[in-house]
Amino acid sequence: MSRQKLVVIGNGMAPGRALEELFERAPDAYDVTIFNAEPRVNYNRIMLSPVLSGEKQFEEIVIHGDGWYVDHGVTLYKGHKVTEIDREAKTVTSEHGEVAPYDKLIIATGSVPFIIPVPGHKLAGVLTYRDLDDVDAMLLAAKSKGKAVVIGGGLLGLEAAAGLKAQGMDVTVLHLMPTLMERQLDESAGYLLEKAIRARGIEVITRANTKEILGDDKVTGVLLEDGTKLPADIVVMAVGIRPNGELGKQAGLDCARGILVNAQLQTSDPDIYSVGECVEFESNTYGLVAPLYDMASVCGRHLAGETDCAFIHPQTSTKLKVTGVDLFSAGDFAEGDAREDIVFRDASRGVYKRLVLEDNRLIGAVMYGDTADGAYFFNLIKSGEAIDADARDTLIFGQAYAGGAPLDPMAAVAALPDDAEICGCNGVSKGKICGAIANQNLTDLDGVRAHTKASSSCGTCTGLVEQLLALQLGDAFDASAPKGMCSCTDLGHGDVRRLIKAKELKTIPAVMQELQWKTSCGCAKCRPALNYYLLCDWPTEYVDDQQSRFINERVHANIQKDGTYSVVPRMWGGMTSAKELRAIADVVDKFSIPSVKCTGGQRIDMLGVKKEDLPAVWADLNAAGMVSGHAYGKALRTVKTCVGSDWCRFGTQDSTGLGMRLERHLWGSWTPAKVKLAVSGCPRNCAEATCKDIGVICVDSGYEVHFAGAAGLDIKGTEILTKVATEDEAMEVITALLQLYREEGYYLERIYKWANRVGLDHAHKKVVEDLDNRRALLARFDVSQRDAQNDPWAARATDGAEAHEFRVLEPAS
Amino acid sequence: MPSRWIDICDLTDIPVRGSRVVRFQGAEIGVFRTASGDVHAIDNRCPHKRGPLSEGIVHDGAVTCPLHNMIIDLKSGMARGADEGCVAVYPVEIRDGERVHIKLSAA
Repeated sequence: MSRQKLVVIGNGMAPGRALEELFERAPDAYDVTIFNAEPRVNYNRIMLSPVLSGEKQFEEIVIHGDGWYVDHGVTLYKGHKVTEIDREAKTVTSEHGEVAPYDKLIIATGSVPFIIPVPGHKLAGVLTYRDLDDVDAMLLAAKSKGKAVVIGGGLLGLEAAAGLKAQGMDVTVLHLMPTLMERQLDESAGYLLEKAIRARGIEVITRANTKEILGDDKVTGVLLEDGTKLPADIVVMAVGIRPNGELGKQAGLDCARGILVNAQLQTSDPDIYSVGECVEFESNTYGLVAPLYDMASVCGRHLAGETDCAFIHPQTSTKLKVTGVDLFSAGDFAEGDAREDIVFRDASRGVYKRLVLEDNRLIGAVMYGDTADGAYFFNLIKSGEAIDADARDTLIFGQAYAGGAPLDPMAAVAALPDDAEICGCNGVSKGKICGAIANQNLTDLDGVRAHTKASSSCGTCTGLVEQLLALQLGDAFDASAPKGMCSCTDLGHGDVRRLIKAKELKTIPAVMQELQWKTSCGCAKCRPALNYYLLCDWPTEYVDDQQSRFINERVHANIQKDGTYSVVPRMWGGMTSAKELRAIADVVDKFSIPSVKCTGGQRIDMLGVKKEDLPAVWADLNAAGMVSGHAYGKALRTVKTCVGSDWCRFGTQDSTGLGMRLERHLWGSWTPAKVKLAVSGCPRNCAEATCKDIGVICVDSGYEVHFAGAAGLDIKGTEILTKVATEDEAMEVITALLQLYREEGYYLERIYKWANRVGLDHAHKKVVEDLDNRRALLARFDVSQRDAQNDPWAARATDGAEAHEFRVLEPAS
Repeated sequence: MPSRWIDICDLTDIPVRGSRVVRFQGAEIGVFRTASGDVHAIDNRCPHKRGPLSEGIVHDGAVTCPLHNMIIDLKSGMARGADEGCVAVYPVEIRDGERVHIKLSAA
């Protein structure tokens, strides 16, 4: 039988593997001709990163040397790009005019890097990261030891960044999304990765939207959407790839995103195969090596005459090739109702593991810091093996524990010797804890903490201490008594607030990782709480997470039962004017607002505003000088006043003036729960100051400052904090008190509950007696207010912030 | 009734852990994007008191209704936990890696 002619367009890893499979089975079936647009032999593209970092030489990553082509009688055209396929004549033509006839053809043209079409993307010094030419260009640029900006914090971008850093460049990674490698990793693993990347001296900017690449003929910098300018000598775009199916399209083959193939890798022309990144199979395209090798194998076998082979869309796994960073992800790790998470975190070692199970089968795994069991989990995912209840208990510990008897945690604790260290922070042994429980008649965690210090620092041994309590006390110990802030954690609000400061945790993923959250991204209870704590504790650093806020605080209006909103403009101290009232009346008419009502806090409430109308309503109110009244927030709400000495024949002080001054000073600050103030001009108390969170009663000789009142679910008169002589001192005491509450209150805990928890004299000591502390509180409040008094309405009405919130999508019908 | 796929928006138009509302021929649909990047489309009315689910906090493949905190699973449309109730779920496809399409019944 005469040999058929097989032509291969492209000389990457996929066609290389396909030929290996073919030659193994039918070495004499075809005369093979390869056209390679790159002027070189087949090399291992996934090892480009070690070449860039200098850990390997090009020669070490070659798959098929020149000898291989000779041995198999393959004609290789290096540096020949194919420009045309003639399906009638069954020939291909290269740009140099070489014409080769074929019986069978493989198109393996791979992918092209995606270039963001921002201004300046064609400047010299803008590189991609795809082949050896790109690596050579980067190595050349790196010789100058200048500044590099890598756009894209995915697999390729981070590998490029690490390589350039290893070559001595000053590297910044820009990533559009909030966490790195968000396609392969969840938030927690992304957080650990970012930490590791920064630890190598690489700057990472997330949520970075590139606006322009700067420079005249050569790159000089990158301009971000927010106005940040980063100097750069080179810019590497690594934002993704797209299939390169151009030749297939030109030849009239069926194409979508890539060249469409069947399970035998045949295109719509059965004599033409396609493999690799240029392929689209069942709506999937591929960029990782494992599925490409699977395709190549099927293609090679089919060409060799096997008919029972078929490509099946495979599970894929990811590893980052940056030395010293261990991460692994495989399968599907999205959340779902029928799915269960097993999460393991070891904060001190920086380890995070998450397994996702569905119907008792492992379907996804994400690991960071310890990836030794990656292959084991990946096999379990691929095999779809059922995992029984016993195996499930130790599954997260990996292969070493697989099949072994599950450990009873109580038995394990009981078996510990007396000198075993339970609390590493304070060096407390099991014997000491058990002794204290027996001798001091301790019955709960707080008791153990008070008497032994165990579990009072980082809190990670809390579970062990509870088990010791249960062991010693039996049924008398109720572990559920000290409640976690939600089902995502066993830590209470107090522990979380303390640890955020002690461990300097500055992002939500950081809190969840370091404090060993049991869920991957929290819930509607803990996310808003953490967002507030971080905002309060790190006011200049933390970026407010809109998606962790309740709808009212996200759109700065109050949601009503029918999905419309109510709008309450601020009226300082309850004072208004003809101009403001006229503007309100006009807004009500213009937007057909159905109800207008006075609130209990001396404000005007417009009810029934459509969400889409909010920015326009605010724009009109802004134009009349009004700003948000924060009637929707866990924030400073209103300062209610009486008319005071200006008008009232009983008034002792300018209560209206003090109220306005307080409101102008305090507005815009976020608080654990809503905060309402009032100032009354005399003890007749027309402003009802003695049932407010903070109240002032003016008297002849000065100002009584009250706090911890309630007139809602609970009714409670205020307690008196102190009496001061001047308005200035009243301002100081109230501001310091508010800041103390901001720093100590639990989320959704009103001032009266906080005061009850910490003791009424606590605030007196911290704010009234200790003047140094008062000054420190005032200074911290000032820092936190620096950026707080920007009207959120104006930001949305005129500056277009969060515009997506107010626009409904209306597709053409 | 025949159904059809409708091109809604770019993937990036939906904030991560956020949502958008789509109005189409009288129907109101919430389109959600989870932390792990999945996109789901469900009827935008909570089975409890018709709260707009699109305005809720998105977490763990679910959304918590802003009115009374019922938690709806985005994939199945079922209420989670002890609550009962469900909403209609629409198939979603991301085409060309960026365009969100949802499948609706066309009148």
